[in-house]
Amino acid sequence: MAVKKKKTSRQKASPAVRERGTISIRNVTKIYDPEGVNVMAVDNCSLEIEAGEVCMIVGPSGCGKTTLLNVIAGFHSLTSGEIYLDDELLCGPDKPLANQGADRMVVFQNGALFPWKSLLDNVAYGPMVQGILSKSDARDKARDMLAEAGMIDVADKFPGEVSSGMARRAEIVRALINDPKVLLLDEPYRAMDALTKSIMHEALLAMYDRTKVTIFFITHDLEEAIFLGDRVVVMTTRPARTKKIVSVKIPRPRDYKLLSSEQFRLLVEETKDAVHEEAIKAFEAGERELA
Amino acid sequence: MTDAIQSAHDTTIVVAKRSKLRKLADNKTLWRGIASIILFILFWEVSSQSKVWFGIQVPFIGKVPPPSAVLENWVEVVQRPGYWQSWYLSFMRVFFGFIVAMIVGIPFGMALAVNRYFRDIFFPPFEVLRPIPPLAWVPASIIFWPTTELSIAFVTFLGAFFTIVINVLGGARTIDVQYLRAAQSMGASQWDLFRRIILPGTLPSIFTGAAVGMGITWEVVVAAEMISGGGQQSGGGLGFFIWSSYMGGSLAQVVVGMISIGIAGYFSSSMIRYIGYLFMPWRRIF
Repeated sequence: MAVKKKKTSRQKASPAVRERGTISIRNVTKIYDPEGVNVMAVDNCSLEIEAGEVCMIVGPSGCGKTTLLNVIAGFHSLTSGEIYLDDELLCGPDKPLANQGADRMVVFQNGALFPWKSLLDNVAYGPMVQGILSKSDARDKARDMLAEAGMIDVADKFPGEVSSGMARRAEIVRALINDPKVLLLDEPYRAMDALTKSIMHEALLAMYDRTKVTIFFITHDLEEAIFLGDRVVVMTTRPARTKKIVSVKIPRPRDYKLLSSEQFRLLVEETKDAVHEEAIKAFEAGERELA
Repeated sequence: MTDAIQSAHDTTIVVAKRSKLRKLADNKTLWRGIASIILFILFWEVSSQSKVWFGIQVPFIGKVPPPSAVLENWVEVVQRPGYWQSWYLSFMRVFFGFIVAMIVGIPFGMALAVNRYFRDIFFPPFEVLRPIPPLAWVPASIIFWPTTELSIAFVTFLGAFFTIVINVLGGARTIDVQYLRAAQSMGASQWDLFRRIILPGTLPSIFTGAAVGMGITWEVVVAAEMISGGGQQSGGGLGFFIWSSYMGGSLAQVVVGMISIGIAGYFSSSMIRYIGYLFMPWRRIF
């Protein structure tokens, strides 16, 4: 069928071993200055992310993780430091705001599928507006990609007609059709129950095994981070710095049996203290701010 | 996009047709609505026939002619071409004012929403003019415009214009920034952003504004017709119809005029709802 044919051509476009999608974050600081009160969101943060790596960023709520993502995506400017994507400067001292581009696709916390377009047209949107494909070719490709992700039955529905899990998966497909170097996910499964989440994780891992796209994934769910990631970066509470980096040397493909394994438990143990410490700091800081 | 809308639309119609009659028969809301209208008419009839209940004068409604008298008058009135001429004239005025208000108001509201300079320059005078009731414009309008017809059209236009602009502006300004960011990072140009994100994102507000604006144009047209004497043409519009019935002392005919306007207004807003339904297939699921 058409799906099969497309698969081979996609594999050519995204080889199993990626040479692209390296992110280099060097001494990045971000200070917000609302009404003259300086709020430091990110403090001298450095991080090297390899091509094709799944890098999980864990930290307490409001710690500045999202700020970092927004700087990479080009939604916010940085105050100092540099970020490179494949040795190309995204933003730095002379260019504090990165250009927005389809090489870095964002999947948002609350979902940002256009409610007035069907899932199919949402997915077809990128290649169509960029003029890479004609409207009908873009829709053909979108249909193939949705089929590949097992969502062909809901392709013609509007986002409001499908579950939030389905919508979030479609949003990831919408990002992938642009063949991005990096996928930036900002707590995409935040509001989901544990069962839906586990289905989301499986779908994401299957997608990753197909494409090997570099993933920058923000979460505050430690088990999610270890289950999905190649590395787990624990951030300090605001201002965000890297506190601890844990390598997850569990071979892929991974499945849910992993969650009950000794190896997984040890990794959670190893990371938990660091995360908990920062959570307490964030909580206490929050109390002070309110008092 | 249009294809998807079309196919979604077609399936909706097929499903709708299959069960339409059954649904109608099962529709409790419909039956309750019909029952309540019948009860209301009965109450009206009884109260205006016997003005004193248990020794107490029935207020308000006791002074109104009973529905039977209204109906009798109506049967007589519908045979006069002047009545239908009034319908026609009022409709033409409402739609002329309304459509011009849409044509001018939607781009104006959009421009206010997307361009800061435009907003800085035009929003303050707009906000000064907005609170002026359309009817306060009537004398000025009669002086400005060469014919009564144009004066009435201008006042109806004003009635819809401000509401439409405020709704378009509000709608376009409250589009979720994540949609804009998502579109931009997928490579949307400014024009794409406007056409494929801001415009469809504002459509619900446009239709809200249109529905409210349509209501206001009916209010305004009736008042304007009463004040201006309905123009030189025979019939003079439904507002003038009510006014001249009142002058002629036929209270039943006044009520006929009022109910006619109610029906006309209902038609108009149903039409807008239907157009909104056609334009926004993604809203049908609610």
